[in-house]
This record gives sequence, C-alpha cells and structure tokens, in this order.
Amino acid sequence: MKPAPFDYVAARSVEHAVELLAGGTDAKVIAGGQSLMPVLNMRLGRPELVVDIGRLDVLNHVRISDSGALLVGATATQAQVLAHPDVNRGWPLLATAVANIGHPQIRNRGTICGSLAHNDPAAELPATAIVLDATLRIQSSRRIRTVPAEQMFVGPFMTALTPDELLVEAEFPPPPAGAGWSFREFATRPGDFATVGVAVQLVRRDGVVADARLVLFGVGGSAARVHSAEEALTGSSPSRVEDQVRAQLKAELDPADDVHASAGLRRDLAEKLTIDAIAEAWARCA
Amino acid sequence: MSFRGSEGQIHPTTPPLSEPSGWHDISLTVNGEPVSAQVESRLLLTDFLRHRLRLTGTHVGCEQGSCGACSVLLDGVAVRSCLTLAVQANGRDLRTVEGLAGPDEPLTALQQAFHEQHGMQCGFCTPGFLMSLAGLAEHGGTPSSDELDEHLAGNFCRCTGYVNIRKAARQAFGLPGPEEASRG
Amino acid sequence: MADGNSSRFFGRSLARVEDDRLLRGQGCFVDDLDIPNVVDIAFVRSPYAHARILSIDVTAARTMPGVVAVYDGASVVDRIKPLTNSEELRVPEGIAALNPVVKIQPAPILAVDEVNYVGQPIAMIVAETRYLAEDALEVIEVEYETLPAVFDMEAALEPDAPLALQGEADNIGVYVRHSIGDVAAGIAAAAAVVEETFATQRYVAAPIETRGMVAQSDPFTGGLMVWSTTQTPHRVRDHVAESIGLSVDEVRVQSVDVGGGFGQKGILVVEELLVPFAAHDMGRAVRWIADRHENLTADAHAREQVHHITLAADADGYLLAVKDRIVVNLGCRNMVGLVVPYNALCHLIGPYKVRNVDLEATGVLTNTTFTSPYRGAGRPEATFAMERAMDRLAAKLRMEPAELRERNLIRPDEMPYRTGLLDRRGLPQEFDSGDYPEMLSRAVDMIGLSEFRQKQELARHEGRHLGVGFALYLEMTGLGPFEGARVEVMPSGRVRLYTGAPSQGQGHRTVFAQLLADALGVNLTNIDVVAGDTASIPYGVGTIASRALVTAGNAINQAGGLLKQRILTHAAEFLEAEVADMQLEGGRISVKGTPAVELSLAELIRIVPKLAGGSGSDGLSETSYFQPPNYATASGLHATIVEVDPATGRLDILDYVVVHEAGRIVNPMIADAQVVGGVGQGIGGALSEHMQYDDQGQPITSTFMDYLIPVSSMVPDIRLDEIVCPSPTNQLGVKGLGEGGAVGPPAALANAVEDALQPFDAIVRSGPLSPSRIRDLVRDPNHS
Ligand SMILES: Cc1cc2nc3c(=O)[nH]c(=O)nc-3n(C[C@H](O)[C@H](O)[C@H](O)COP(=O)(O)OP(=O)(O)OC[C@H]3O[C@@H](n4cnc5c(N)ncnc54)[C@H](O)[C@@H]3O)c2cc1C
Ligand code: FES
Ligand code: FES
Repeated sequence: MKPAPFDYVAARSVEHAVELLAGGTDAKVIAGGQSLMPVLNMRLGRPELVVDIGRLDVLNHVRISDSGALLVGATATQAQVLAHPDVNRGWPLLATAVANIGHPQIRNRGTICGSLAHNDPAAELPATAIVLDATLRIQSSRRIRTVPAEQMFVGPFMTALTPDELLVEAEFPPPPAGAGWSFREFATRPGDFATVGVAVQLVRRDGVVADARLVLFGVGGSAARVHSAEEALTGSSPSRVEDQVRAQLKAELDPADDVHASAGLRRDLAEKLTIDAIAEAWARCA
Repeated sequence: MSFRGSEGQIHPTTPPLSEPSGWHDISLTVNGEPVSAQVESRLLLTDFLRHRLRLTGTHVGCEQGSCGACSVLLDGVAVRSCLTLAVQANGRDLRTVEGLAGPDEPLTALQQAFHEQHGMQCGFCTPGFLMSLAGLAEHGGTPSSDELDEHLAGNFCRCTGYVNIRKAARQAFGLPGPEEASRG
Repeated sequence: MADGNSSRFFGRSLARVEDDRLLRGQGCFVDDLDIPNVVDIAFVRSPYAHARILSIDVTAARTMPGVVAVYDGASVVDRIKPLTNSEELRVPEGIAALNPVVKIQPAPILAVDEVNYVGQPIAMIVAETRYLAEDALEVIEVEYETLPAVFDMEAALEPDAPLALQGEADNIGVYVRHSIGDVAAGIAAAAAVVEETFATQRYVAAPIETRGMVAQSDPFTGGLMVWSTTQTPHRVRDHVAESIGLSVDEVRVQSVDVGGGFGQKGILVVEELLVPFAAHDMGRAVRWIADRHENLTADAHAREQVHHITLAADADGYLLAVKDRIVVNLGCRNMVGLVVPYNALCHLIGPYKVRNVDLEATGVLTNTTFTSPYRGAGRPEATFAMERAMDRLAAKLRMEPAELRERNLIRPDEMPYRTGLLDRRGLPQEFDSGDYPEMLSRAVDMIGLSEFRQKQELARHEGRHLGVGFALYLEMTGLGPFEGARVEVMPSGRVRLYTGAPSQGQGHRTVFAQLLADALGVNLTNIDVVAGDTASIPYGVGTIASRALVTAGNAINQAGGLLKQRILTHAAEFLEAEVADMQLEGGRISVKGTPAVELSLAELIRIVPKLAGGSGSDGLSETSYFQPPNYATASGLHATIVEVDPATGRLDILDYVVVHEAGRIVNPMIADAQVVGGVGQGIGGALSEHMQYDDQGQPITSTFMDYLIPVSSMVPDIRLDEIVCPSPTNQLGVKGLGEGGAVGPPAALANAVEDALQPFDAIVRSGPLSPSRIRDLVRDPNHS
C-alpha cells in the first residue's frame, strides 16, 4: 500500500498553484491530505503531479469579513476553525458539524476546503455549506469565480470544480438573525463517517416557519436540500406538518444497502434525525 | 540505515537510485535535532522515519489513517504520519515517541502511567497512543473526560480492550480513574 | 518449587519487564530490524474468486526500475513443496475411530493453473523498496478464464453447487459426527423442544501489526535466518526446511517482538515459505510485511459458522438432549482440518449435564479466503449457538435464563467430570476442576439480577428497552503435545530461560520469569527470557490455544527445579558440604546454618568447569519438556446489561461483568488484562466486525474504514471477579486464559439484546449486532 510515483511541487503562491494545475499534467491539489493520501496509498488515484498548497500562508485564515461573513481559507484546518471563538459564537452549526468530523488527529490536518472539494457523500461539510448558504471562491489561471454551495456538489465525490481550479476560500454568511439550527448525525463508531446526517436552519416569524433549509447527507447521492420537506414546513409550525415531512422524506430518499447499513436503517434514521433536528432548530429560533 | 556521526547528528539514507518519482532536499528537526535528507516525492513520512532515519518507534498499522499507530507530533500537533508525505515535513518540527524520554532519562509521566496501569500488551499501538496524548497535552491544561475519550477514539488497540489505556490516560492527565475493576 | 511458602513471585501483580523498551519506541518488531541491503517483497494476487489461469507474463515486471527478481508459479513449482499445515491436519487415533473426513488439500505456493479466492498469491516481486515492488505488480499480465464459484457455505453443500476447488469430488473438506446416548428418545420425552439456527459471521483477527518476516541466508554457516511474527516458530522452521529442502538445523526462526497474533499468526501461509525461499535462492536479505489490505483480504479469516441446533428439556428445564448440525466455512481449502470444527463440537455443551448428544460438524470449501483458528477457535461460535438456544429454551419454559442454566450445571462434587464425548486428542473428555454454580451465583449477584428485572419493567413503561444476557463457557486449555524450557546460568551469573512459546503481548518475559525465579530461588531481575528462537531450544510448539502458561509454565517450573538441584550439587562439591544442607535464595548459595559461607551464581559458574563433578555434566543448564496429561479446563461467565434504542438500533452496554476461573493465577494484573482484552475483541465481533463479500466473491470490507474493529468508547469498564480451582493436571495448578475473554461477548450481548427487544418478539440469530441489524430486527422480528 504505497503510492504510485508522482512529482511534487510545493506551491509558492496561489498563482503558482493554479499555473501548475493548468500545466497540462494530471495534477492534484493536496491540502491536509486526509482524504487524498489514503487514495494515493491504495493506488486508487495516480496523479502525475501533486501540488501542495500547504505552505500558502495567504490562504491560512479564519476571519470575519467586513460584511460579517466568516471566511475560511483553503489551508485553514478543521481544528483551526473549531478553535476559533467567533465560529462557536456566530456559526454554531458549523462548529458542531466540524466537531463531528473524524478524530482530533484528523482535524489537525484536514481542511474545510479540502472536504468541500472532495465531497464525500457522507461528509459533514458539504451539507453544512449548503444549509448555511456558503459561497465558494474558486480560482484558476483562466478566471476567478464564485459558486454558491448549492451548485457546488454535483454528485458523490464530484463537484463543480474543474481539474485546473483551486478552491481558495469558503465564505459563510452570518445566519439570519434569530435563526434556529440543528446538526445531527448517526455513526456506527465515534469518528466514523456518518451513516446518516442532517443539518437544519429555520427562521421563525409570527409563530410559523418563514424560511427552512434542510439538508440530508449519507442517504445516497451527495448532500442536498430536501425542497419538498422545506416547502411543507414553510408557513406552518413544525409539529403540525410532521407527517407531511415524513411523507416527503419517504418519497424523496432512495438510499442503498451498503456494508455499514441497510437502506431501511438509513430511511429510519433520516426520518428520526430530521424530525428531531427540526424540533431542536425550532426550539432554538429566537 | 542511518548512523550517528561523532557530532551526534542523524544521517539519513538516500532514496534508491532507481526511484522514478522526483527527489527533493528537505531539512527539518526531528526530536530537536536538525536533519537534512533527500526524499522521493511519494515517500511517506512513516517510511522516512522508520527506514531512512531508523526511528522505528513510529509504527504502521494501516496506511489509511484509521489506526493511529503512526501518530507523531508535527509542529506540536498529533497527526497521522502515514497520511503525510516526507517532503511535506520540510522545514517543520517533528517529534516521535523516541523523543519523549531520552535514552538516559526516566520515563515521562505519560509513559510511566502506561507502565503502571498495564496500558499495553504487545506495545505495537502504544507509541501512537503516547503521541496522540502528547499532542493533547501540548494544548496545556487538563482535558475534560470527553476530550480525552475523543482523543482515545482516534487510536486502535487490538490487545487491551482499552480499559487500562483509559486508566493510564486518566492517571497521566490527573483525571479521576474509572471505578476500579474489582477482584474477588 | 512454586508452591507453599517459597513462592515469592507467584501470584503477584508485578509490572512488566517488557514495557520500558516498548514505551521508548525501542521495541524490535520484525519491520524494525535494520538489515543492510534488504529488499522488499510484494505479491501479485488473484482478482477473481475462481478462475483458470491461462497465462502469466512477468517479462515487463523484470525490467521495471529497482526490481531484483520475479517469481511466478512455474518458477517455483518444482522448487518448493506446497504447504500443508501438517500438525493441524493430523487426526488423532481416537478421533479416527469416528471415521471423520479430513481432506488433505495442500496450498500451492504460487498459483499455477487455478486460483480459488480473491487474494491468492500468483507471483512474487522482489524489489529495492516496497514502492518499487508495487510499481512492478501493475505490469504483470495474467490472463484468466473465470470459473463458476460459490461463496455461501450452505449453498456449497447443495448437490449441484459449483466446485470451489477443481478436481475435488465435492465441497466438503472436513466432516465428523459424534453422538452419545439416544437423542431421539430424549426429544420424544421432552416437555419443551427448541429448534433454531444461529450463525456467527466471518471475522478477521487483524492484529495491529500485520504478518511479516525478514529472511537472510547466513554467509558463514550457509544456513537461513528467519525473523518472523509467527506464534509457532518451530513449526515455521520445520516447514521452511522441509519445503525448500534444507535440514532443520540449517534454518533458524526467531519470533521478535510481535504486535498481537490471536491465531492469525498461528498457522502457516504460503508467503512464509516463499520469503525464506527467496532469501535462500538469491543469497540476499528479503523482507515482506503484509499491508492492511493483504491482512484483511488475503490472510486468514475466521469464525463463519452456522449451527442448526435442537435442545430438548423436561418441564423443569433439565436438558434431555442436544443435537447440533454445525457448518463451518473453511474458505478456499482445508488448511487446518478438524481444529475449529471439532473444537466447536466438543465445547458446544459447555458446563451443562446432558447425556443424549448428537453433534455433527461439516467444514465446507467456498471461494473465499482460507480460515484459521482465531482467539477461541470454535468456542465463541459454539457458545453463541448453545447459549442463545438456552435463552430460547428459557423463554419457552417461561423461566429466568439464569435459573435454567443453574439447574443444568455440572456440580463441583462431580469433578473430575466425564462428558462421554471424546476430546480433541480423541481421549475421553474430562473436566479437571471448576465450580460453575458458584460462578453463576456470583455473576447473578454482581449484575443484580432481581433488582434489574424491576428496573427493566419500569424502564419499559418509560419506553426504554433494557436487557440482561448471560453466557457461560468452558475452555479446555493447555493443548499438548508438549512445550519445553531450557534454563542456564550465564557466565555473568544471570539466568537465561529459553522456550518455544513466544509472546505476542502476553507478557511472557515477566510471567515466565516469575515462575523461574520461584523455582530456582533467584531474583526476578536476574532472569532473561528468550522465547521463540529455534536455535535456543531444539523443539517447541508455540503460543496458541491458551496453552503457553500451562505447557511452557510447567516446563519452566520443572527445568528450574532440576537446575536448582544441579546448582546445589556443584556448590556442595565445591564447599565440601552435603547437598541436603545447601540452599539457594535470592541468588545466593549457602550452607544452612552457616550463612557466612556464601557463593553467588557468578562465582559458581566460573568454578564449575574445574570441578570433578563438572565432567560429563552439562554445566549449569537443564532442559525439560512438559506433556500435559489432560486439558486444564478453565471457565467463564459473562453477564451484561444493555440498553437498545429501537428507533436507531443503537446499543449501549451499561454493565459488563466477567467471573472467570483459570486455576492459580501467576500475575493477576496480566491475567485480568488478558481477560479484558479478550472481551474487547469479543465485543467487536458481537457488535461491529464483519468480513463481507459481494456476490462476485470480492471482499468488500477491505479497509479499517469498513472492517470495524472496536474503539475505546465501545468497550466499557469491565467488572471482573475470579474463583480459583487449581488444576490437578499440573504441578503449578494453572490453566490457560488467553482466549476465554473473547468467547463470551457475542452470546452474552445477543442474549441481552433479545431480552431488551422482548416487546418486539425479535429473535437474534446472527451477528454482528450493528445498529442496522438491530433496527432490522425491530422492524421484522424474523429477520435473520
Ligand atoms: C480516519 C479518518 C476519518 C475521517 N472521518 C471523516 C468524517 O467523519 N467526516 C468527514 O467529512 N471527513 C472525514 N475524514 C476526511 C477528512 O475530513 C479530510 O480532511 C477531508 O475530507 C479532506 O480535507 P483535506 O484537507 O485533508 O484534503 P485532501 O485530502 O488534501 O484533498 C482531498 C481532495 O480534495 C482536493 N482538494 C483539496 N483542497 C483543495 C482545494 N483547495 N481546491 C481544489 N481541490 C482541493 C484534493 O485534490 C483531493 O482530491 C476522515 C479521514 C480519515 C483519515
Ligand atoms: S498507519 Fe497511519 S493511521 Fe494506521
Ligand atoms: S497493545 Fe497490542 S495493539 Fe495495543
């Protein structure tokens, strides 16, 4: 279990990195390596060139922008985000999600952006980015663009990134004032990828849900909003539409059996976690 | 093979001449000693430590990031050395189990706790647990019981059933032990 | 002798002498050896479960960078004999009388024309590094034609099933049936009969250190040096010598520090013959360290069994008959014969009295990786079937499961107890000592059974599901035929002990030294233990089957006694005193009553060659072999309380109690830790470990992300109690306990889960009890 041969370059700047990615070789970015390295070790991937962005201190930030958004640079680790006091205060859903990733030893190297670029269907962060309506700043030698999280995750291990693009920063806007949130997941052992997980954000106005964002992950496909359930919630109080939400989940989810769980368990968990999460988010609404 | 010159420095061996991936010159500190070496791009940090520097206390149990046997401190934080390329350690500060207590020094309190609580059987996983917990200790202060448990969940042990490892860890961090297993 | 007042070390929880090096990262595991110019090995392995090999082309691989040599089947077929684990495949005389089937199906060293499981070695590449060897793997071209394959063991028994191994008449590798009394009459007379099917899933022992070895031919002697992770170094020596045509004297095998074995490193695999062969053939040091993928997919698997079991009892719950049809998945070929099937068979009844018994075990070939004994070796599987069946019977009789068990237990005054069956050696099965009722009553107290039942009732009203489960088992430990010890006084005056039973973490350096220190009268710190070096003692068996303490321990005690006698004789000659007046204490030899005249071992060893009595003697050295006259039967009882969340399938272990009996205990700290470690592994198997194949025979749990061994939070703080019934089978009164802890958890936890899920009428028929399976059971109580 040793990687196939490749060349390695430690990028000196963002421009250098994207130049290398555009260079015509089959190049792969390495950030924390916590997903890429197992793939290389098992020879499931064999890039010709590995571009290390780990030394780009310009991307190593977790800070609040002038508009009050949380900016997480490409080399900021999950541990850095978790340790940041503003994150706990302003983006508790994100903090909870990150705390559910792997083990501390993994989060010490794994990056937020690396997880978003990797898009494991059972990973916490793509779901979190969607529910928090994050924007992803992406750069290549051709262009700089931004992609809303909702358009980023196109399928399991597939994203809107093209091979020459670097995800340079994720921007999490401040959650709407008074929004309630919940993040729940079920895993066989602590630190494992989620069997099923859910992230919810609700805004309450006049005793009913004014805005609902509900994202499930680990249920087949990549993390995605369940629009029909969100619609059922909107304009009503959650307890009144519980049956409808359940029905929508039954209709929309189509998980498969795998080595960790039967489709049946996934369906059951999705329903239970979602109902519990909605109740929790609702209770947290100001 | 590495060897120690009269000046006490570690002298690493070089990649085999037939190695096709690119080569790099790296300099780092390993357990406080400066080390300069040539490494191939794909060389894992585990193999660099074990086979080029002859620091074989860092073990390999999976090379997939799961077991934690390969844990080392990279710039003071516990990481999996099997998921790190040797070349990525360029310019960094690396600490391994060999650096916990010097050859002529007594065991550290952490090591001593594993000994006293019989927190090890074959000892293959032990360096990984020690380094992972050493990383936790670097944060300073006493971890909560939950933090400690979370750290312990990141390392596999197949021999002990973990009970004595938890006792050892709690002793080392000055946390109250679990109810003592009673003997009739 | 280690009894009476002279035992200064026996029975003490001394901290281990092996720890210091290991804690400093100064252990010497096989991959830690620093051998100049060593080259690395990687194997091309079959990607198909069953196929004919049409051609193998290794020419491109030979020209890859760093490649030193490439071997394929054709190049070794005439040079290495196929592998037969001959010791395991031997059928003892008594068992032969049962007319068993034990097919001898030697494993080809490298596949030549047929592969019959995914992972089978096809070619061996030797290169300057493992990286380069793996590069070369990729350019080896093998053409295959797939053959029909079978993976499910019961399907493999169907008359029209594909043959898992070409050229065989059927898929049966092992068959044995053993019955006593009249089962039909027992069933006919019964008030309650339970007929059930219970299955144990496929496991992998998966020690954190994988299998590996380094071999080097010795330019001075021409012999072959092999450093290995093996649990049985002498067997490796014999097989290596025989298969590559060397004399056993020319091969030296040494077990270095070993990172856990659990049985997976207890049987030989073809790689262990190929690697020394390559060293011998090339005259160069070679190394093979299995990676985790090889460990999980291509090294021994274990445990997969189905039991079709029937229990019959009278209205009071007394067992009248037990019948069991056991099916064991052997994998690709019969590697270890009757070991696991017969062990399951003869441990099935456990501590219960029943006189009508009909047991049948069939070992079936399938196109999956071969299987080996794994910690417990048939006992966890048998215990799962029997103890689950006992709970079903209790339910049928509306009886407290602990009460049903109590009624059927063998009593201490019935010891030694003969079951009427034959043991693994083919001799009448006899339990030497034990007190099962005491064990049960302690466990019932510790777990607080009657208070628990009230709590359980209350909890159910609150919608919480608690359950209690018990599992009792016996373990016939101290497998023969022998183990040896050689002890000698070294020129420095220190004492060295050599034995064939190496340690994979059990603390032999400490425990064996404790025994020898007592037997000799020297201090623990003056003893060095060398276990598992074939050059140091000519014969040995190894550390398997809970045997090391019983067999090696008694050999050490004997050898120590003999050496002490020899020391005193020489000292008496030198001091011109009577031997009877001599004493050896704390490493000092003196004449009783004249403490001023003292001699140290260092002084004596220097004098010995000059003594008249020294001629014709062996210096200060003794060797002794111990042949156990019978098994020393240990026992254990696991009791656990769990809470199950029916909505998610989540299981929490709220309490876990073990009462065990393993004779006299040399080092309680180490013994307890062996039990707890076994429980940890047993919990893994009970709750999460499952080696799975897809419908093409591809292993799909081939990483530690998918094969889920337990982490710390899954194993609660185990509460232990112990009773001591010294074994009359050996002078030390000891029994083995290495495996016991792993035997109970699957049955105890399954019983507890079923108890918790009683409102759902669920029946737990197989493991692991993952959230998924528990939830499936809640949804569909008849889910298997
Ligand atoms: C034992 C273990 C347990 C884990 N458990 C979990 C878990 O429970 N939940 C979870 O979500 N994850 C888990 N992970 C994965 C971990 O979170 C990873 O850190 C994360 O998925 C990837 O981040 P990284 O920085 O390590 O990325 P890398 O591994 O470096 O890269 C991952 C992929 O993303 C690409 N990439 C990385 N950064 C960029 C970028 N800036 N621009 C473009 N492409 C980029 C790489 O080319 C690569 O294809 C676990 C990993 C391990 C080893
Ligand atoms: S070897 Fe690195 S985590 Fe297992
Ligand atoms: S002590 Fe053997 S794996 Fe932990």
